[in-house]
Amino acid sequence: MKAVTWRGVNKIGVEDVPEPTILNDHDIILEVGLSTTCGSDLHLLGGYIPAMRAGDVLGHEFMGTVVEVGHGVTKHHVGDRVVVVSFIGCGQCWYCRQGLWSLCDNGNPNPGITEALWGQSIGGCFGYSHAMGGWAGSHAPYIRVPYADQGAFAIPDGVSDERALFASDAAPTGWTGAHQAGVEAADVVAVWGAGGVGQMAARAAMLMGAERVVVIDRYDNRLEQVRTHIGAETLDYEQVDVPGELREMTGGRGPDVCIEAVGMEAHSPGPQYLYDQVKQQLRLQTDRPTAVREAIYACRKGGTVFTLGVFAGLVDKFPLGAVMNKALTLRGAQQHGQRYVPQILEHMSRDELRTEHLATHVMSLDDGPKGYEMFKNKEDGCVRAVFRPGA
Amino acid sequence: MTLSVGGVVSFAAGAVGSVVRLVRRLVNPSAARPAGRGSPASGWLAVTVLREPSEVDIAALPAPLAELGGRVEARTRPAPGGKGTELAARLRDRPPGGSPAARLTGRDPQADLRSALRQAKQVLEAGEVLAVDPAPHGKRPPTPGGLLLEAWTKVAPKAGVR
Repeated sequence: MKAVTWRGVNKIGVEDVPEPTILNDHDIILEVGLSTTCGSDLHLLGGYIPAMRAGDVLGHEFMGTVVEVGHGVTKHHVGDRVVVVSFIGCGQCWYCRQGLWSLCDNGNPNPGITEALWGQSIGGCFGYSHAMGGWAGSHAPYIRVPYADQGAFAIPDGVSDERALFASDAAPTGWTGAHQAGVEAADVVAVWGAGGVGQMAARAAMLMGAERVVVIDRYDNRLEQVRTHIGAETLDYEQVDVPGELREMTGGRGPDVCIEAVGMEAHSPGPQYLYDQVKQQLRLQTDRPTAVREAIYACRKGGTVFTLGVFAGLVDKFPLGAVMNKALTLRGAQQHGQRYVPQILEHMSRDELRTEHLATHVMSLDDGPKGYEMFKNKEDGCVRAVFRPGA
Repeated sequence: MTLSVGGVVSFAAGAVGSVVRLVRRLVNPSAARPAGRGSPASGWLAVTVLREPSEVDIAALPAPLAELGGRVEARTRPAPGGKGTELAARLRDRPPGGSPAARLTGRDPQADLRSALRQAKQVLEAGEVLAVDPAPHGKRPPTPGGLLLEAWTKVAPKAGVR
């Protein structure tokens, strides 16, 4: 079958790969309907997560139709239309039972790599390097889904493929950030990054009762999407002093909750961007934490900062003094999607959560290299390049 | 040269300790070997399994551990806070502990045991050992970086920090 693969740093290919087969009783094989690029793929593309092997199939955010089920699968049947959480959780270990699904003890068959990096391994993720398990990705006509009773969810009638697609990763990642950051009614929430995850974090905060939600980015089309489709306020960080604006908006306090949805390749207009870029290129730090620093400085005393963007390793000039002296709570997580997808699909059914606008460019697998190029460079207002394997 | 009372006590305690270590080494040659930085001297590796202690029977261990036969000894104890059961195992004839680098590359003497413990936990919790290969992939050119990653991936199930 044809698949979009990682061929090397900044090289994407389309090549023939074998079809997946059922290997465990709890597997299903899914015929992929839609599979989208994600901002975190850019870290793989740029070589910032050096655990990709040429030929690895990309893609971790997808939906489709069940075409084969393992003997141990009870929830799903051939023909079911499902959306699959990008993180692989067994549902039986202590972490899964606590709702901390991305920390699953059993979902990553290569735990030695992330143990070396972080002290403990976390769960596996489709199409996201050998450090995260070496699972084949979804930019292909078929994908094997392990622990399918836990990670695949039936899509309600009336929810389109294009909407349900983002219940795989962007929406539950946003929900993870807002919920784990403890957003409460009447909170003021600031979100750095107006990509898919940032938009979903903003919408989640609004549905959790936040009084005011502000999203920060520099791309006009993304900020326009936030205002139009999410209903949150926006700030263009190239036009205004973000901490100053946030203080004014909050009576001098700063936001109660600051969610960083940018990750390890953050940009900023100031000299610190150049500093971080040089250090990253010289491998003196692995990640550029510009947005995290700003979130920490902007957050109100005693507030919460949540790192939702993907970080891999070490950062420099981290304002730990502000974290300690302002009594901040600093948290982070990959998505605990299995916990949030049922409520997300309900919100989608009730039109309280709309996501179709994120899929700005839908194309075939043959256009994989072009799609990633457009997505990376934000060409033609690309927010997400989405692949339709059946096209 | 003068010695204070405290110094004498300290010297005496050190001498006793040395004798104890010598006796232990004679009785059990593997007991006094350093396990390596970051590893417990006891040699036990442990996982916590979300199962009641009564469901983790060391007389009928899951296949991945049972296959190591008499090479290993195992023990269990309840984990605090409702986290299940701590299942620990170690090699009976404990060779010198591996270096951190050996552990991280799955080349230390406990590599097979580490992998077996993880797999036993999977069997007890999820009912089966999760397989990832064969995973669909495209052409794999033999680049130095790619071969290095492939080698690390092969040993990663046996590798770890402890």
